[in-house]
Amino acid sequence: MSDREFTSVAGMSPPLPEQRAVPMPSVLSSATGLAGGFFEWFGNLGIFSWQVLRAAVTPPFEWRELIRQLDDVGSKSLPLVALAGAAIGAVLSMEARSSLTRFGAKSMLPSAIVYSVVLEMGPIITGLVVSGRVGAGIGAELASMKVTEQIDAIEASAINPYRLLAATRILACILMLPLLTLAADACGVLMGWLTQTLAEPQSLRQFIDNGFRGATFNDLLPPTFKTAVFGLIIGLIACFQGMRTRGGAEGVGRAATNSVVLASLFVILADVVLVKFILVVFP
Amino acid sequence: MATAYDIAMKPGNIEEGGSAPAVTVENLHKSFESQKVLNGISLSVSRGETLAVLGRSGTGKSVLLRLIIGLEKPDSGSVRIHGQETAGMALDRMGEIRKKMGFLFQHAALYDSLTVAENVAFPLEHHRRDMSKAERGDRVKHLLAEVGMEGNLDKMPSDISGGMQKRVGLARALALEPEILLLDEPTAGLDPISSGEIDDLVLKLQREHQMASIVVTHDLHSAKTIADRLALLNEGKVVIEGSFAELQQCDIGFVQEFLKQS
Repeated sequence: MSDREFTSVAGMSPPLPEQRAVPMPSVLSSATGLAGGFFEWFGNLGIFSWQVLRAAVTPPFEWRELIRQLDDVGSKSLPLVALAGAAIGAVLSMEARSSLTRFGAKSMLPSAIVYSVVLEMGPIITGLVVSGRVGAGIGAELASMKVTEQIDAIEASAINPYRLLAATRILACILMLPLLTLAADACGVLMGWLTQTLAEPQSLRQFIDNGFRGATFNDLLPPTFKTAVFGLIIGLIACFQGMRTRGGAEGVGRAATNSVVLASLFVILADVVLVKFILVVFP
Repeated sequence: MATAYDIAMKPGNIEEGGSAPAVTVENLHKSFESQKVLNGISLSVSRGETLAVLGRSGTGKSVLLRLIIGLEKPDSGSVRIHGQETAGMALDRMGEIRKKMGFLFQHAALYDSLTVAENVAFPLEHHRRDMSKAERGDRVKHLLAEVGMEGNLDKMPSDISGGMQKRVGLARALALEPEILLLDEPTAGLDPISSGEIDDLVLKLQREHQMASIVVTHDLHSAKTIADRLALLNEGKVVIEGSFAELQQCDIGFVQEFLKQS
């Protein structure tokens, strides 16, 4: 299945009026083709995942490349993630203040901000920001290497490209997402307090005390560590899209776009499943 | 006419390991979707020998090299390196075979985020972990000096010409001291002087290292200069294989037409 076909499946645009006049067999055959392509894409992703997993657990390990990727995914994403987290904290503070005041629950404001940021906004914003920055970066870099035969050159040099290029990037995403989420959470809470204290002065200590009152392990850690799954999704999809690219500069552009679109989409879908999972496993 | 493949495949010549030809390709078929690219090719190359593979564009010359080094899988047929079957071999096992092979890509395929020296050091860093940094540096300098690029260690691939990129690609291909060298269009896109320099370089390396080489090229002059034998491909098959003199004496229309147009 081509990337374009999958994007159109992901886009799910409603049929145009003139498409309704298309004879039934033609509609059926294109639907069958689309469904076939959809499953083929997942099949190829499964095979790719297996190859990466097999390469990742067998020596020699590419420690130097892993450290380079940890830096690239982690420290270079930190400013963006921190800024996004801070913006969300400020917006939440302003919105929640107005709503809670209306219902006479203004004292709940610190808790509302802290819980919103830590449980959902921090993780999902981090996931989406990293999907955009790292997903596009990995997709474009690997696609460019693919069309210029650099990946073939790595393989011809008796180096496993799944181990060197894919496993290191995926592992870096898995390890860095929870840490970036903590940074986003911290910036969100701090900015939430700052926005709140500008309207109604309150010490940071008091804000934190009120915000985290009654919070338990189950409230804080599972939502943070679920982002490791977001990291897996972002790394896997970006590497997969990059390493299967064909077709020169156009292919590189398509790989970068598809990496971002698909990684963001799957992060959001995975979030639904993970939230339910956390609620069931950590009640 | 008995081709070198026939001679190599005579009973007694087919042995596992040592005395087997460095590369043996037998009845190789490869298609891409509905397009048949290779249609039953058989070739063999021994240690110290250079085979030039000639043919029109799109006759599967580059695909043949990619099949030999395992970057593509054949539909059917056999590829043996030193008598060991490689078709369908797992990636890591194939890696051990590839350490004995050097590959120069048509567009050099240098790693664009690494300097010239880092490109050449790349295979050494991964496969010669016993080497110290200083030893690796010396080896890189030696390899680059061998291809006349010793003054460009810190340049990026984008800052050097196509001919220089091919020289660096050649140095990288030689880094692990391969027993088999595969060259994909080493002179394509180069001016006659640069082409001549690359030919001289390949001949020099060939003399010094005694590798088995397969050179894919359009350039008949280059093939004549560097190869012991030539194989002419058409429609996915070997039309003729032999010395340049044998090609000239051949009365097959396509061969005569190819020699005339080249």
